[in-house]
Amino acid sequence: MADRVGICAVAQTRYAPDRSDVSEGELAYEAIKEVLEETGLTLSDIDSAVSCSEDFWDGRTISNMNIQPFVGAHLGHEDKVAGDGLNAVYCGLAQVLSGHQEVVLVVAHMKESQAEHALIENAAFDPVFMRQLGLDFLSAAALQARRYMYKYGITAEQCAGVAVKNRGNAKKNPFAQEPLDLTVEDVLASRMLADPIRRLDSKPVSDGACAMILTREARARKLTSKPVWILGVSNCYEAHYLGDRDLADCRALTEAAGKAYRMAGIRNPLREIDVAEISEEYSYQELLWMEGLGFCDRGEGGRLLDSGKTRLGGKLPVNPSGGVLSGNPNHVAGMARVAEAVLQLRGEAGDRQVEDAKRALAHGVTGICGQHQAVMILGNV
Amino acid sequence: MPNRVAIVGIGQTRHRSTRRDVTLQEMINEAVRAALADADLRMKDIEAVFSSSMETFEGIYLPDHVGAVEIGTYMKPGFKVGTGGTSGASVVVEGFHMVSAGLYDLAMVVGFEKQDCGETTAAITAATTPIWGKGAVTGAIGEFAKQALSYMETSGAREEHAAQVRLKADRGACLNEYAHLKLGLKSAEEVLKSDYLVWPLRFLDFCPQSSGACALIFASQQRARKVRSKPVWIADVEVVHQEPFWAGTFGDPTGRETYSQHVACERLYKRNGITHPRREIDLAELYEPSNWEEMNLYEHFHFCEKNEGWKMVEEGVTEIEGDLPVNPSGGVIATNPIGATPTIRVAEAALQIRGDAGGHQVPKEVNTALASALGGPNWTVLTLLKRSV
Repeated sequence: MADRVGICAVAQTRYAPDRSDVSEGELAYEAIKEVLEETGLTLSDIDSAVSCSEDFWDGRTISNMNIQPFVGAHLGHEDKVAGDGLNAVYCGLAQVLSGHQEVVLVVAHMKESQAEHALIENAAFDPVFMRQLGLDFLSAAALQARRYMYKYGITAEQCAGVAVKNRGNAKKNPFAQEPLDLTVEDVLASRMLADPIRRLDSKPVSDGACAMILTREARARKLTSKPVWILGVSNCYEAHYLGDRDLADCRALTEAAGKAYRMAGIRNPLREIDVAEISEEYSYQELLWMEGLGFCDRGEGGRLLDSGKTRLGGKLPVNPSGGVLSGNPNHVAGMARVAEAVLQLRGEAGDRQVEDAKRALAHGVTGICGQHQAVMILGNV
Repeated sequence: MPNRVAIVGIGQTRHRSTRRDVTLQEMINEAVRAALADADLRMKDIEAVFSSSMETFEGIYLPDHVGAVEIGTYMKPGFKVGTGGTSGASVVVEGFHMVSAGLYDLAMVVGFEKQDCGETTAAITAATTPIWGKGAVTGAIGEFAKQALSYMETSGAREEHAAQVRLKADRGACLNEYAHLKLGLKSAEEVLKSDYLVWPLRFLDFCPQSSGACALIFASQQRARKVRSKPVWIADVEVVHQEPFWAGTFGDPTGRETYSQHVACERLYKRNGITHPRREIDLAELYEPSNWEEMNLYEHFHFCEKNEGWKMVEEGVTEIEGDLPVNPSGGVIATNPIGATPTIRVAEAALQIRGDAGGHQVPKEVNTALASALGGPNWTVLTLLKRSV
């Protein structure tokens, strides 16, 4: 990359199970207002806005109309990325790097509470061959969890261990929706949703928004004393049909991570990354995604968790924020990971701060069994 | 200094109202293969693929995931954008930024919509704010009827002028092998005899619902000339959105004034030193869901003075053989697969610059062309293309 792009400010709403007290735009503006105040910018200083939301979830065709007045897009530039919010950050990065835009506001919003997740997610399956099976993301994830556990001998206790770790970390995160003191037994005793995924193995229904401001290096240094640089990014699609994939694998993630690492000059992620925020909508995913990210070998995700290296205070803390399991809406989740990575690199993560964090990884996922994967590497030097 | 970006491959489907013979994915793949063949490239040469469509128009959530293999994004980077009617131009803009940023040397953008598996008008009625806009919008037709009426009232245009615009579009469409509606209209009377949809907008005054896809391959400056000796350059893009709701309606109550169009073209012209658009732009592919809108657009893009768009029609300036041909492809009124519609505008403008438009190639040399997109509540995206930069 010729120039560097810096993130000058990030903000998140407190994630909550039901924000019917506000409209989507008002929700987004809670986060937007904070990044404007922090940088001293006004909406008229924003050259371009990139939003991330989904018509199906908003129940509104052209869902970016919900947030248009709140991003200053009246007679200005706005584009909507329809996937995980991390891709909107990637889109904003390209706008700045291209030299065509200078100050870019990126915002993602979602109110899962107002929609029926199974109906919407079923509409993501190919309408001719798969939709009639009645799958949603949860039941498809259960197939993936089973396959992964079978192939590598991953245990239900190891998956539950992710839920225990992350919801415990969430107690230190003021934005988290579901901070809980849990034991593995608590998780294994929670209600079964889709075998082997139990209630506490699964993310809760969540509403919230996330915003950030991106700009080129020289401007970033003027807007904040603590800019965070985007060092590498990539994303990747897997095949759609579940039968075309080995669900115990996550090739798209390996591919996306490989490209992001090359851009950032990272050879050994476990050693060179100080903190990772990854999108685990279900507990097994943290183990599987850690393998895809190259933190350990295939099938070793459970053992890496057991080693304690991914705990807060370990060699590579994973999801010190509490992760998606502790409550982030989909389409916002990956961008929330970027926001948390930025807080860590600025030393502003409060009780969940990882000491002396210099390089962080943020990961986002969209679709069925992680069909689309996105990885971003950030640094503070 | 941003990298320059060229269009080196162009492909589209033959657009139809229904494509029961193919799935969404197979339909998209036709355009992808056509663009690769046009550029003499293979899918493995393309580094990233960005796509656009409106999910609710075909009732598929994450359609870019469903079609990942056929779109060509399998094991490749990319994402989908969706901004209403402008989606297919937003993806051009974001693909342009990606290559211009130096992130990719060869990237593809794909716009698509298969409207035969959804119900677009029903989806558009869900575009307003659920609290105070519900019931205010009945799809696109009502908005354009309002605009046609105020255009007639304020400019002095008559229904005959709109009929002439439709005849021009149909002549182009009949020469364009990819166009959807090829009606073979013979006279303005045929248009004026068609039934009213919403007065004064007639059946033949409005665009169809089409199913189709369009793919473009973008190359960085250093790669462009290796792929093709005469690439078409994307000189500039401009995106201007407008506050969705004023007094419970889209934009102004007359539907006539679209500030985003004024602002977008003024910014684009200024940056590119265009002072006399009528003379300096050789050809335009404009997003005109209705023939009335086309006359309105001539004025908004400063091809003529205010209230004189219909005079350009009388003078034949915008005919295929005219001084400033507009929509020689037949335009949106003949072909409208929504997520692909603005991508097709860029594709057609580029083909005219290359001299490869086939039956509807304009006789004059095209060096500078403008492609526009209209969407949502009066949002505008413009793409300026040039033979050389």
